Amino acid sequence: MKLDSKIPSGPLAEKWTRHKFNVKLVNPANKRKYEIIVVGTGLAGASAAASLAELGYNVKAFCFQDSPRRAHSIAAQGGINAAKNYQNDGDSVFRLFYDTIKGGDYRSREGNVYRLAEVSVNIIDQCVAQGVPFAREYGGLLANRSFGGAQVSRTFYARGQTGQQLLLGAYSALSRQVANGKVKLYPRTEMMDVVVVDGKARGIITRNLVTGAVESHSAHAVLLCTGGYGNVFFLSTNAMGSNVTAAWRAHKKGAFFSNPCYTQIHPTCIPVSGDHQSKLTLMSESLRNDGRVWVPKTKAIAEKLRKREIAPKGIKEEDRDYYLETKYPSFGNLVPRDVASRNAKYVCDEGRGVNETGEAVFLDFRDAILRDGEDAVRGKYGNLFDMYEKITGENPYKTPMMIYPAVHYTMGGLWVDYNLMTTVPGLYALGEANFSDHGANRLGASALMQGLADGYFVAPYTVGDYLAGLPYDKIPEDHPEFRKAEETVKSRIQQLLGIKGSKTVDHFHKKLGKIMWNHCGMARNAAGLTKAKEMIRTLKEEFWSDVKVLGTGEELNLSLEKAHRVADFLELGELMIDDALHRNESCGGHFRDEYQTPEGEALRDDENFAYVAAWEYLGEGKEEALHKEELVFENVKLTQRSYK
Amino acid sequence: MNLTLKVWRQKNPSDKGGFKTYTISGISSDMSFLEMLDVLNEDLSDKGEDPIHFDHDCREGICGMCSLYINGQPHGPQQTTTCQLHMRSFSDGDTITIEPWRASAFPILKDLVVDRSSFDRIIQAGGYISVNTGGVPDANEIPIPKVISDESFDAATCIGCGACVAACKNASAMLFVSAKISQLALLPQGKVEKRERAEKMVAQMDAEGFGACTNTGACAAECPKEIKLSNIARMNREYFSASLSTENV
Ligand SMILES: Cc1cc2nc3c(=O)[nH]c(=O)nc-3n(C[C@H](O)[C@H](O)[C@H](O)COP(=O)(O)OP(=O)(O)OC[C@H]3O[C@@H](n4cnc5c(N)ncnc54)[C@H](O)[C@@H]3O)c2cc1C
Ligand code: SF4
Ligand code: FES
Repeated sequence: MKLDSKIPSGPLAEKWTRHKFNVKLVNPANKRKYEIIVVGTGLAGASAAASLAELGYNVKAFCFQDSPRRAHSIAAQGGINAAKNYQNDGDSVFRLFYDTIKGGDYRSREGNVYRLAEVSVNIIDQCVAQGVPFAREYGGLLANRSFGGAQVSRTFYARGQTGQQLLLGAYSALSRQVANGKVKLYPRTEMMDVVVVDGKARGIITRNLVTGAVESHSAHAVLLCTGGYGNVFFLSTNAMGSNVTAAWRAHKKGAFFSNPCYTQIHPTCIPVSGDHQSKLTLMSESLRNDGRVWVPKTKAIAEKLRKREIAPKGIKEEDRDYYLETKYPSFGNLVPRDVASRNAKYVCDEGRGVNETGEAVFLDFRDAILRDGEDAVRGKYGNLFDMYEKITGENPYKTPMMIYPAVHYTMGGLWVDYNLMTTVPGLYALGEANFSDHGANRLGASALMQGLADGYFVAPYTVGDYLAGLPYDKIPEDHPEFRKAEETVKSRIQQLLGIKGSKTVDHFHKKLGKIMWNHCGMARNAAGLTKAKEMIRTLKEEFWSDVKVLGTGEELNLSLEKAHRVADFLELGELMIDDALHRNESCGGHFRDEYQTPEGEALRDDENFAYVAAWEYLGEGKEEALHKEELVFENVKLTQRSYK
Repeated sequence: MNLTLKVWRQKNPSDKGGFKTYTISGISSDMSFLEMLDVLNEDLSDKGEDPIHFDHDCREGICGMCSLYINGQPHGPQQTTTCQLHMRSFSDGDTITIEPWRASAFPILKDLVVDRSSFDRIIQAGGYISVNTGGVPDANEIPIPKVISDESFDAATCIGCGACVAACKNASAMLFVSAKISQLALLPQGKVEKRERAEKMVAQMDAEGFGACTNTGACAAECPKEIKLSNIARMNREYFSASLSTENV
């Protein structure tokens, strides 16, 4: 199968406008004859569901939380980018496009990224009209900040709660359409499968998480807005319920999965404190503006620290290694996320980690406090310091913070064309669930932008284009394909409940997470990946013969919910490893030890790997088939990153 | 530390339910309250007993999904969410009582899990500004004084957890409803519909079976996001001016 990205022809800046003119329209009176399923109510899903309903389509919206307002998007802190150039500092659509392509290490499509930058400005207008209280200046206009190393101030924010405010805006638009009768909500409902009839996505199978009922929903198009798969690592900054199940089931029904190995590891998270740990908490990246990262120069001193024989304060200046400042004199502590993360790993691998687990480095504000005073530091970071103290019980004004990298975002996802359609006609993927705009690495404050761009401004056009060519009749929910899919879901539930093994679901999830983190995390190599693949296969067999899932299928059953998700993570883990193993280069969030410059930086191979990897599922136990979508760069020149 | 937990167990909405006592040991003070329950659940699962069901997702204090009534206080002894409560707030040998939110508008589904969809229906009744996607003015077209915008933001930080209802002896939802009404009424964009909005949201709140507000302030004292009582006063103003204006018609 030849992958057709359907990027419109013509100059970069005119592609989207032309495309919008060329798409087919559905007559307003006929829109109500179409039914659209939107799975997920995060930024991507809520904005898509609301916008499509406003146009007149009938929408069914699904989420596994008890309310659409609780989707994982709610947790985003830092902000959202938009090329408004309100600060007159030289920003433009082209600059945002350029930064995103470069930040993604030249592994994304020019056409998609340009459109993202172009509609970014509409997002801010939309959110303000909905009542999103973005930060403002005293003059009453919107405030901006520079974020994640960007050279312009293009990030809009709502204190440290930008995701919450944006999501509540989209949720209110969605709620309005529920009141209008155009959206029907299905909270506490998990999508278990996609139903494909005559080659087109025609509905989904769900499980009601309260009653356990397995149900069919027929529609004319299905939009998956189900978020990222970072929880394959067990520990991540994602919400506990974030999962790959919806995307994975779609993958097994024919949707190609792209670049699964591209994972973003965020450098400033609170370190793991013990085996009981259930998730990791992100500390804003802005802390690196004033905090200095260091570890002791020698293993011996680090050991004493770990045994608490000495305090960090007692370590003399000449015994401290400010490794980022030494190694990258011009960027220092502000090197990009992947560089900061990798270097933390290196010093800890050398045995110089500073907490009991040996996996933490210091982020020290001593010098900032001496220079600017404690009040100034409190003014900038007070809420973050409080949060840190609440979680760790340590006061960062008195003793340096400890941080360590953690899995944060997944750039890979379902392959989609310019219309956000997967390889299954009528099946779309929006937001973090698709692979489309961030290449091998995502810039800070760009995920919120992409989710809302997809939902408010792209899907409403492109889904209409597809529906315009489709008859109104709905496939009845007792169609053999629905029946068959329901039976498969039910028998899988019975299978999981029937194993009655000896180990809990979390036991397997933790083990999988460890394998992924050790061998497919911040740095990977062929030997480790090959070993990990075997380990996952063994773990998968063990899971299907020895997992213990208590209770029944006909009730609220948390261990059953988790068992489904972990079973899918086990399969995804293997594909991530295949993808990481085949990509013989380093780029963005994918760092292969074998491919680095003499200075230890990621070494791309544009000649052989400037493509999107799209994997096709071929059946149980079979290796997946690799398809390549070559990336064409007509507007930017590929360069090697350097932060020296 | 070693603890005794008295936990509300209820199989389903129609089951009568009751407390069950568990003992748990080896809890570190670094654990969050929910991680302590994770440990207990792993123990229970190992023994073949049904784990305790409770709601949670972000574990960062922002999604509003966690909801435990701990030793007679919603979200426990600190003014924070249950997921941000750490075991260092307790001492070795403590007995901790854990119950679900209790309110007729929040029916219990299982163990500690309640149905808060009544909150969603209140928002659906009018908790929005009626704009469609597209065709809106430039974001900087309407300047909004920073103090107003900040006040609106303070109200907008409500996470919809329902602790205010659980804290109130009347199970009133006034703090939650007033936070949304205030956020939107303060902003120029939201002023247009403010009367109608207040009227519709209050009507829905009553229809859902939430109790009346008798100004005890227990809600604000327990709210993890420090939503202020002054929102309730503002809402009453919007509401009474709404009912006055309709009576005039
Ligand atoms: C701590 C943190 C901070 C962040 N900060 C920023 C930031 O400052 N700026 C930025 O741009 N990005 C940030 N990000 C990234 C960003 O928040 C996410 O990428 C983005 O919100 C994802 O949105 P989404 O709509 O694609 O998916 P989500 O918000 O994850 O929503 C997924 C939805 O799908 C539903 N769902 C999933 N699976 C199923 C299923 N099987 N059945 C039914 N429903 C299902 C869920 O219920 C949910 O409604 C941050 C991420 C984290 C973890
Ligand atoms: S007002 Fe406070 S207690 Fe009530 S729902 Fe909102 S955040 Fe929770
Ligand atoms: S789990 Fe999200 S607020 Fe507690």
